[in-house]
Amino acid sequence: MGRSSVRVLAAATITMTLTSTVCFPRQEIMKWNGWGYSDSKFLFNKKGQAEFTGKRYSILGMVLPSLQDWFENTFGASVNHKSPATPALNASAVPPASLNEAFVEDLKATGIPFSHEAEDRVFRAHGHCLHEIFALREGKKFERVPDMVVWPNCHNDVVKIVELACKHNVCLIPYGGGTSVTSALECPPEETRCIVSLDTSQMNRILWIDEKNLVAHVEAGIIGQDLERLLNESGYCTGHEPDSMEFSSLGGWVATRASGMKKNVYGNIEDLVIHIKVVTPRGVIEKSCQGPRMSTGPDIHHFILGSEGTLGVVTEVTMKIRPIPEYQKYGSVVFPNFEAGVACLREVAKQRCAPASIRLMDNEQFQFGHALKPQVSSIFTNFVEGLKKFYITKFKGFDPHQLVVATLLFEGDRERVLQHEKQVYDIAATFGGLAAGEDNGQRGYILTFVIAYLRDLGMDYYVVAESFETSVPWDRVLDLCRNVKERINRECKERGVQFQPLTSCRVTQTYDAGACVYFYFAFNYRGLADPVHTYERVEHAAREEILANGGSLSHHHGVGKLRKEWMKESISSLGVGMLQSVKDYVDPDNIFGNRNLL
Amino acid sequence: MSTVCASCFNILVFVTLQQRDPMLKRDGFEDILEERRNSSDLKYALRCYAPVLYKGVTPCKANMLKNIVLQSDQLHYVINQVSQESGEAPDIIQEEASVILEEMAHRLQISTVRFFAFALSKAFKTLFQHVCVNEEGIQRLQQAIQEHPVVLLPSHRSYMDFLLMSYILYTYDLALPVIAAGMDFMGMKFVGEMLRMSGAFFIRRSFGGDKLYWAVFSEYVKTMLRNGFAPIEFFLEGTRSRTCKSLTPKLGLLNIVIEPFFKGEVFDVNLVPVSISYERILEESLYARELLGVPKPKESTSGLLKARRILSEDYGSIHVYFGQPVSVRSLAQGKVNRSTYNLFPRHIPRKPMEETQSFVNDTAYRIVRLQEDNMVLKPWVLMASLLLQNLEGLELSVLTEQTVWLRGLALSYAAFLDWPDHAPTAKVVSSSLALHRGLACVSGGRVSLVVGEPLGPVTPEEALFNRAVSVLSCASYRNQVLHVFLRPAMLAVAMHTAASSKKNEVYNCFSFLWDMFSNDFILCPGDIVQDFEEACYLLVKTGAVQMPQQDIVMTDIGQPTLSFFNGLLEPFLQGYQVVCRYLCEEASEGLTEKQYIPAVRSFAVKLILAGNLRCYEVLSSDMQKNALAALLRMDAVRKVKVADQVTLIVNKMAVNSIDDILGGKLPTQKALLARL
Repeated sequence: MGRSSVRVLAAATITMTLTSTVCFPRQEIMKWNGWGYSDSKFLFNKKGQAEFTGKRYSILGMVLPSLQDWFENTFGASVNHKSPATPALNASAVPPASLNEAFVEDLKATGIPFSHEAEDRVFRAHGHCLHEIFALREGKKFERVPDMVVWPNCHNDVVKIVELACKHNVCLIPYGGGTSVTSALECPPEETRCIVSLDTSQMNRILWIDEKNLVAHVEAGIIGQDLERLLNESGYCTGHEPDSMEFSSLGGWVATRASGMKKNVYGNIEDLVIHIKVVTPRGVIEKSCQGPRMSTGPDIHHFILGSEGTLGVVTEVTMKIRPIPEYQKYGSVVFPNFEAGVACLREVAKQRCAPASIRLMDNEQFQFGHALKPQVSSIFTNFVEGLKKFYITKFKGFDPHQLVVATLLFEGDRERVLQHEKQVYDIAATFGGLAAGEDNGQRGYILTFVIAYLRDLGMDYYVVAESFETSVPWDRVLDLCRNVKERINRECKERGVQFQPLTSCRVTQTYDAGACVYFYFAFNYRGLADPVHTYERVEHAAREEILANGGSLSHHHGVGKLRKEWMKESISSLGVGMLQSVKDYVDPDNIFGNRNLL
Repeated sequence: MSTVCASCFNILVFVTLQQRDPMLKRDGFEDILEERRNSSDLKYALRCYAPVLYKGVTPCKANMLKNIVLQSDQLHYVINQVSQESGEAPDIIQEEASVILEEMAHRLQISTVRFFAFALSKAFKTLFQHVCVNEEGIQRLQQAIQEHPVVLLPSHRSYMDFLLMSYILYTYDLALPVIAAGMDFMGMKFVGEMLRMSGAFFIRRSFGGDKLYWAVFSEYVKTMLRNGFAPIEFFLEGTRSRTCKSLTPKLGLLNIVIEPFFKGEVFDVNLVPVSISYERILEESLYARELLGVPKPKESTSGLLKARRILSEDYGSIHVYFGQPVSVRSLAQGKVNRSTYNLFPRHIPRKPMEETQSFVNDTAYRIVRLQEDNMVLKPWVLMASLLLQNLEGLELSVLTEQTVWLRGLALSYAAFLDWPDHAPTAKVVSSSLALHRGLACVSGGRVSLVVGEPLGPVTPEEALFNRAVSVLSCASYRNQVLHVFLRPAMLAVAMHTAASSKKNEVYNCFSFLWDMFSNDFILCPGDIVQDFEEACYLLVKTGAVQMPQQDIVMTDIGQPTLSFFNGLLEPFLQGYQVVCRYLCEEASEGLTEKQYIPAVRSFAVKLILAGNLRCYEVLSSDMQKNALAALLRMDAVRKVKVADQVTLIVNKMAVNSIDDILGGKLPTQKALLARL
């Protein structure tokens, strides 16, 4: 199968060129209180069937007949019990901007556009944590939002802004794609200075492509899908595809140590960057050459990667590019149970033959994926589906409440892909895995992009949901998954959640020494006074359980303010001290005052 | 179904006890023998048995279990290690491991279980009036078994215990436990194998340095636990308590069953304390003789057959109380940081960290105390306590009156007393005396201890021995109530011996006694202040003591209570003093550990015969051992290993001052204690 037909990404993009004069309201095409595009969302139609609106995604306009049943049965929710969101932003709930007049004056002189409209400020006051979105939907009063937003157009603009911020003691919070799920974009309520949100969206150009060395020099505000699209036009790609790539930015990836779905072929962000330019209060940090590897003391890139906006603004990045692969193929394997699936992934990692992407969904997620199957158009497809199901459950004896599915994505030249595919399926067979077709594989990846939209649907019907992730050594994967799920169930019960929560996990990345595990957790909150608080306590407990079971604090989401409390435990107090001393040197006045990480 | 057993219980729940166990609200009992008396035992033994299992696992055949163990990373690691150290090929070590496992493993077979179900039904009906079980406890257990791996931790007073446990679980259609049993049973050829087939697995009594043995053993237990094939059962006390006092818990097995939780291999482990209370213990006089130095008969099948004699006697009732399951996860919350296990491969055996060790130790003590709390006490236990304070005998009417008084006291201290409803006190007393006619008799309106049947002429030593047997047998009943009164009784003694009524001085005395007696009684490490406060609270609450400002003084009505308490601990105070005196006056330079017990015994015998000592309990090897352990702990005695002998080095000055403090001749002051 060719690659283009299966792209699930939005067809339109949000690239905004500098046509307007003052501000660049993303909120015109994006939801102000939920995930993604304003025109794309799930809803239950009059017949009670789920539909996805808009024209951007491949499941557009399709009816998803099983979703309602799944939704109601899983959560004990009902399409008759709605919990609608506040329709529009109430400007009176937004605290007035407290501006640093001198700064504003100097900024005006530079000609860099800025705004202190309530909508612009609120839009940049949050990421996509449950509590942030929930508060927006409920129309809660905001404690602290940025006082103004600036849109630098290039590296030099950023230099000017940072200089002015230092001069007038203004707090800067860099804003890229706004997809943070770690409270990283929240303004510290105790911050008394004027807070300026530095929106990098206008720095979105590919400055040059070097085909000899296969690198591209790109402005850091570029959004993932634009970067891929623009590179594709020249026959290249970065291959960096985090699940948020429709909206997240290159600078954001660097600042959080992002990981892409196809890292097995292309590497994670730290493997992809060759050169980084960062504007800090002390000046600009960059290396003097583009050598592919250096032994020049600790890599200063690693102070920047994962610094979460506490040291400065990433303005330009040189990163590796690759020719677009000739051939791409999805695939899937069903295993009788999660244990067998994990054992197979472990073996694949051991033999270092992981496809571009290999993910193992647990049974709950498998069933969820099934609920997203669109209406079958012909009797024949229906018949084939039925036959498949019969073969797997009756003939092969898989328990439908145990079986799990691994989704695969192969890339490369056609012959190699086919060869590679055979190798992986052969390994899978030794763990009792049965090949289950391309469709199932592809649907698994669609799920990734639409799941964030589904959370908005859930919130319309008293269901709150969130995801979190970790990385863990291979030998602890099963124990960690089991214990974390159990902990969530138990905590929910103890905290008065009336309905059985959905806890689901998947192994999303494989490494030589371990794996990345991603959890989904959702529950029906009817009957709870403060569902967000309950949710947060449960997530807190789940994170403690993860740490107690040998999992890391985060594989790729980062720390933000959400997980700061565990930093000492995670990297030792000496480690925290090392990071602190870098911060103190680079930014002694805490201009980059989002207070993430430390 | 059967009726609610015997009586209902008058229970006062104290705040302090509630703090220790918020669930302290005891269930009622059902007599499981009643149904057995009314329906066919054969049918019962052959009925459908389909217990629920942990998270619906499929039961695992004994052989499969062995394979899992033999193929485990844990065992392989140790096999390679041993092979490298000894130079033997790994195959040979592997073979050894498999032999060890063969010797150890259970071979649970339902047919054997059914045989036992039949045979024990017959035996129990002959021996006991009732076998009472708290059914709510059974329901809790059933729930727990499905949710988490369960470890059953029964008290250990009799050989009967584990047969009884399996019998009860079978009766209630619960998963049969696999039971850690001492190797001694293996000696009983046929019976050993029968026990094996009813779920027992056998461990050697000591395997100190044997790495391979330890690895096989711990992996075997952990595999059963992790997979949740069956509840695991063992005795925290390690051995049967010959004195009916709970024994200081052993930690080895508890460490093993808790570790999978720390390593994240299971979400939680539930520990279920089970209190088995016998109205009369089958081994009653056997134990007394054993304590007096008559060696324990080796377990043998023929010995068991001889024991048939006991079938003709009435042993009253048994109460089995399944306590609230204790979640290891909740207990460890905030005490053990599990992430310290993150940096080490989990299959490599490691000594537990200090934090873990103290947690396990603490847990063990708490479980034993939970066992104590739910031990059912019979009226005879109160009577025995009174009789022991009046060895010359008591008027029946006085005994009756005092028993009633003591009953009130016990109830106000939250004792789990099984006192028959609606029966006149005189009847309760007389039926208790009838059941224990081997220990006490009424003649001419006086109740006194029975002293062994005189067969022909006896030497003074024999007479003394016979008397000691009945005193120690009687003491084993008094000991059952000690845990109820222990803390206030130590406070009473402390008030008696302290130089003044100042609270801090009384506390000093209390803490001395607490420390001194911590081998004899279950005193949780570190709980000294809490115990003191609990004692004060209880004595004040029952009106025996008042605490104006910084003083602790007896009230006008406190005399009977305090003097009863003093009398209760008197044998222990005296016993320890005799040991001290022996060590100071009599012990020779090169006294070896082996000689110690017989030497103390003959020293005490001399004193008694000379009329200088009236305390028979010091003849008990248990007390002698505990006293020595206390002196060792206090550094008043040291052990030195010379060649193959362990010699005891006595610091006479220190021992002397301990003796004086126990006798109330020296005040306990911090300074003095420090000097010891």
